[in-house]
Amino acid sequence: MHDKTLAELARGLAGGQWTSRDITTALLERIERLDPTLNSFITVTGEQALHDAGEADEARARGQAGMLTGIPLAYKDIFCTEGVRTSCGSRMLDNFVAPYNATVVDKLRLAGTVSLGKTNMDEFAMGSSNENSYYGPVRNPWDQSLVPGGSSGGSAAAVAAGLVPAALGTDTGGSIRQPAAFCGITGLKPTYGRVSRYGMVAYASSLDQGGPLARTAEDCAWLLNVMAGHDARDSTSVSRSVPDYTSELDKPLDGLRIGLPREYFGEGLDGGVDSAIRDAIRVYESLGASVIDVSLPHTELAIPTYYVIAPAEASSNLSRYDGVRFGHRCDNPDTLEDLYKRSRAEGFGEEVKRRILIGTHTLSEGFFDAYYRKAQQVRRLIRQDFLDAFRQVDVLMGPAAPTPAFPLGETADPLQMYLQDIYTIAINLAGIPGISVPAGFVGQRPVGLQILAPHFAESHLLNVAHAFQQATDWHQRRPDIDGSEPA
Amino acid sequence: MQWEAVIGLEVHVQLATQSKIFSGASTAFGAEPNSQACAVDLGMPGVLPVLNENAVAMAVRFGLAINAEIPEYSVFERKNYFYPDLPKGYQTSQMAQPIIGRGEVEITHGEGDARLVRIHHAHLEEDAGKSLHEDYHGMTGIDLNRAGTPLLEIVSEPDMRSAAEASAYLKALHAIVTYLGISDGNMAEGSMRCDVNVSLRPAGSEQLGTRAEIKNVNSFRFVEQAIAFEIERQSEILEDGGRIVQETRLFDPDHGETRSMRLKEEANDYRYFPCPDLLPLMLDSAYIDHQRTLLPELPSEKRHRFTSELGLSAYDAGVLIATRPLAEYFEQVHAICGNAKLAANWVQSELMGRLNHDSLTVEESPVSATQLGELLVRLEDSTINGKGAKQVFADLWERRGESADELIEAHGLRQVTDSGAIETMIDEVIANSPVQVTQYREAPEDKRGKMIGYFVGQVMKLSKGTANPQQVNTMLREKLDALL
Repeated sequence: MHDKTLAELARGLAGGQWTSRDITTALLERIERLDPTLNSFITVTGEQALHDAGEADEARARGQAGMLTGIPLAYKDIFCTEGVRTSCGSRMLDNFVAPYNATVVDKLRLAGTVSLGKTNMDEFAMGSSNENSYYGPVRNPWDQSLVPGGSSGGSAAAVAAGLVPAALGTDTGGSIRQPAAFCGITGLKPTYGRVSRYGMVAYASSLDQGGPLARTAEDCAWLLNVMAGHDARDSTSVSRSVPDYTSELDKPLDGLRIGLPREYFGEGLDGGVDSAIRDAIRVYESLGASVIDVSLPHTELAIPTYYVIAPAEASSNLSRYDGVRFGHRCDNPDTLEDLYKRSRAEGFGEEVKRRILIGTHTLSEGFFDAYYRKAQQVRRLIRQDFLDAFRQVDVLMGPAAPTPAFPLGETADPLQMYLQDIYTIAINLAGIPGISVPAGFVGQRPVGLQILAPHFAESHLLNVAHAFQQATDWHQRRPDIDGSEPA
Repeated sequence: MQWEAVIGLEVHVQLATQSKIFSGASTAFGAEPNSQACAVDLGMPGVLPVLNENAVAMAVRFGLAINAEIPEYSVFERKNYFYPDLPKGYQTSQMAQPIIGRGEVEITHGEGDARLVRIHHAHLEEDAGKSLHEDYHGMTGIDLNRAGTPLLEIVSEPDMRSAAEASAYLKALHAIVTYLGISDGNMAEGSMRCDVNVSLRPAGSEQLGTRAEIKNVNSFRFVEQAIAFEIERQSEILEDGGRIVQETRLFDPDHGETRSMRLKEEANDYRYFPCPDLLPLMLDSAYIDHQRTLLPELPSEKRHRFTSELGLSAYDAGVLIATRPLAEYFEQVHAICGNAKLAANWVQSELMGRLNHDSLTVEESPVSATQLGELLVRLEDSTINGKGAKQVFADLWERRGESADELIEAHGLRQVTDSGAIETMIDEVIANSPVQVTQYREAPEDKRGKMIGYFVGQVMKLSKGTANPQQVNTMLREKLDALL
């Protein structure tokens, strides 16, 4: 049961082959057995899950089931879940139990899904390896000496290990697509504004976007159907009708124009990844697509631009963690200043502190114009690059990350780590949707093909990804994890 | 040396919306601490602000009332600083692109002509909570009920030159926001809070001196006191050859003085940047035109109408427009009695005198505008005389009757204007006062005018106050002079 896709599980539920309790019980057992090693969950809500699964089965018996009724999911621990700890991977929120659900959590609950718990992540979504978690690193199910990617590393690893058919993640600079690539699964970052951010703990508000991680593009489409839409509680969510994202999945790709940004195939790209991506492009050509060389001239400015804007927003967003109302508070503060300083020094990890400092600096009087304002100007140029490219082509393709998964503990230099996001980060700055789909291996390490589409073209993006998964079986490969013993 | 004071005000007006500027929580004053703070107000992880459209409408109406530029596009920014009653660690405010641009407010004070104070801009922002230092030994209580309450901060140009002008400006703003109904204007509850910037310069100089900003000046009287103190303090320093340091000072109403709070060097770097959770605010001309249709007659417009059309003095008009309920009370009295000066006199003397004495607002007056208007009708048509009218007013105040006419009848106050009846009374008084008549006849002509008062008094007494005094006076003089 654990190696089925969400769509397969749903069809089995509808056909009476199994119940939600059957699936939930099996997966909880699997989590209990495998996750002590993988560490992909921070909190498992087994009892609640079994209860909800029972209710889902009863709803189905009454004839009140939808497509997703009874489907188990997991949430990155950045989504607020009422009555359940929402830690954001941080000591700061280790004691924080959210009093409300994020909008997407509410929507998915209403659709009948069953939450198995909250997945591990880089602290406050800051990281590309999941090594920045207060709850320890997550291991990659394909090779437990490797990182799963980040920051949605727990969600990606849990899906890849068959602990849950799909999980939610967030993507601020690649945090869904890069771990999906490293773990050999499918991860979608929707258009900025397509999915409500209400109840999603903010890292960089103008870049954060929630999305699904699953085995297939089809599964992502089913989840996006529920997740997408305007939310009166999020002013940046877009008031625009939500199509049925599954309706165009099977459209033929005849005449599809694929752009290959030459900047995405340059220096720093691993040879194995490069050849896997080129093989994938040939599959598309065989399906009737044409390939066009394009340029995104401001690509090299994406990382510096991101590392001004995201930390600036983060430095402000994370000011609320002051030890006063919730979260970590230091013992016996002497003064207000002592309370602030020690609570924050103890509650935040190194990478979070680094970004708060960078952001505080770039917003400071005398630096604002040189950094923040300039970065916003460059951001517009980066966005324009994509708009220009989409005048020539329907989608862009390239690698989701320059390398496959790297060993745990290997990348100590933060700047080296930031380069992991070189192909993903500009997409957040432009606000367009992107998906990573399994496209082969370098040795035993999965490679992700990234596909990008214009704003709000998720239907087409999922169609293009689905066609690839109809023609290849990379997404059906599973890591051999069941035999492994807890370390 | 002769010093000139240069004064500018920053006034925070609490807008009278039902809910907060970025959340659905109630804004009612005086609730149990932290009972009116929702997850958004508490700055919980993951929550997002949603702009209250009513706050926008109120700000726009204020802008229209002061003839201000209203840009199509304005931006909310975050003002970052740490304080326990600031839940998110930043205040959502506006900085570079505020909702209301340059405008002007007309002020009058004393007998002087109206003049204009320029408004630099007005912007929307959220209020912080309150830190409660009393009642907690060695600890501080935090009440976040006020957090997120909408504020309109109105920033003037440094156009005022005296404490009296500053106070007149604050009163003019108070009148505008209460006329518009966008604030209750209750200064005691903090609905209007004022920071004052004061600097001095040699009279005739165009250059601005170094200013001090005085925080927490929250009544008209305190504004005058604080400025007077500050002018005195600064001129003493300057006279002694010293220099003013730029600083923030706190007004202490108990001692009527200002005290240094922090120097400029100690000021925060607020790291303003556009709030990524809120879209830029776009206002089109159709929206602004619609808001314009919702404007009432404004205080300055009323003042002009009261003087030019009703013939009131500038002083009377100034008093009567002070609040919208008072102006409307006056207008209703006038509409009924038809005599603007009479209505103005009665509202200012009898009505306001008693209201002040009993610490009541005009809305709480026991005598309604209709009742007063009907009373003045009877004064106008000579049914009663002034003395009778005052008696009726006193009865209405004490709720001893429903209407002027009812009380006039009950007390038999209807004025006697029948000359036959008056003549009979006069004859009786003359007959009963032989001594006084003789004295009158023997007095030199210039003394007789005074002596007639005695006879008038006797006639009025005989008529139980109902005789028309003017008529009595004229007829007595004729009769007595005939005896000479």
